[in-house]
Amino acid sequence: MSNAPPETTPFFARDRERHPPAYTPGYKTSVLRSPQRALISLEGTRSEITGPVFGHNILGEFDNDLIVNYAKPGESAIGERIMVYGRVLDERGRGVAGALVEFWQANAGGRYRHKKESYLAPLDPNFGGFGRAIADAEGYYCFRTIKPGPYPWPNGVNDWRPAHIHFSVFGHGFAQRLITQMYFEGDPMIWLCPIVKTIPDRHAIESLIAPLDMNASIPHDLRAYKFDIILRGRRSTLFENRLEGN
Amino acid sequence: MAQPLNYLKETPSQTAGPYVHIGCTPNFAGLEGIYDQDLGSGPMASDKTKGERITIRGFVYDGAGAPLKDALIEIWQADADGIYNSPSETRGAADPNFLGWGRCPGDMATGEFAFETIKPGRVPFRDGRLMAPHVTFWIVARGINLGLQTRMYFSDEETANAEDPVLARIEHRVRVPTLIGQRDGDTVRFDIHLQGDKETIFFDI
Ligand SMILES: [Fe+3]
Repeated sequence: MSNAPPETTPFFARDRERHPPAYTPGYKTSVLRSPQRALISLEGTRSEITGPVFGHNILGEFDNDLIVNYAKPGESAIGERIMVYGRVLDERGRGVAGALVEFWQANAGGRYRHKKESYLAPLDPNFGGFGRAIADAEGYYCFRTIKPGPYPWPNGVNDWRPAHIHFSVFGHGFAQRLITQMYFEGDPMIWLCPIVKTIPDRHAIESLIAPLDMNASIPHDLRAYKFDIILRGRRSTLFENRLEGN
Repeated sequence: MAQPLNYLKETPSQTAGPYVHIGCTPNFAGLEGIYDQDLGSGPMASDKTKGERITIRGFVYDGAGAPLKDALIEIWQADADGIYNSPSETRGAADPNFLGWGRCPGDMATGEFAFETIKPGRVPFRDGRLMAPHVTFWIVARGINLGLQTRMYFSDEETANAEDPVLARIEHRVRVPTLIGQRDGDTVRFDIHLQGDKETIFFDI
């Protein structure tokens, strides 16, 4: 964890132009699950600018290694071996020390290990498809996994999800809470996907595409993809550090 | 040209999808034995926690009135004295036996969620006025593109609710009841409606 004193200021207003709107009929499930009234604007109070801390004691030895965390002893998951690494930063570019990063994904054939999943691709007995990590003092996290496969889903008649990894990120304040998905550089399926297309801004979509990093790849073992995650920043001028009413 | 401000931009949200349980509550999803227990599951209060025991129960309903069976709900609240268990809390140490954070998937058969917790104390608003006791909610699910933020207040706190500065700024008074959990004994029922006449108030915080 960082030695910097905890921050107590509100978060920057969220730039909702970067995010998908609630109602995106191209993604059919959103139609009945999208609030239709305007959100009520509220500058963060203590209830939103605070948040819990997750200690390293929650982590098991292999929580950030999806290649082995569900595998039988001596065996490993089938697929292209990769490492995903990056930093959890805030909008000021500061590392978010101690951020909890949880991830889940389909196996190399595009199949999830879930009771409601029905795709015909086979399960890999050695792959569970989930893990977690806690960012270090500079905000770095990493994990090892296999590259997930694309999969079809019931939306349009022939809609497919590009290869992706789901991320849940918990920073320092409850208002920073974020769930998103990482895509892979060079995948032509990205630009066909109705869920990707819920995001109206092309630059925002590109910020979800992880580049291949051959410098971080390990010869004869695995290739690396870099995925930085940006959480909301906080006001930090000298005159804004105190909440009224202390 | 002026100097650049050099801010980064927040990573855009994507839906949690239908399999959020695999990543966030794997034991609930049947993927047992990797994590000791699902983070944020189980009772939030122990024998040592100060405060009045309550159970918050509810459903998340879609625009057709059907309960979601694949939602994930997280809550965050102060302790019985109104102190948050967070490094960003400046008013003193919270009850060490209460984290104040919980995570619960809706039941796969019925959609109901439940949190066994305590009733929080009052927390000051930015100007120092006390807010009424409340619990902060964050809701994600397949079909929700960006996590929804709301608050639950308590029906047995009429006086405090009447002077709450957040409730006071809601122009359409007819919508205020969507933020009030209905107390019945130890249970507080808080149903969340994503659309329709009873659409819950959601906040841009
Ligand atoms: Fe997926």
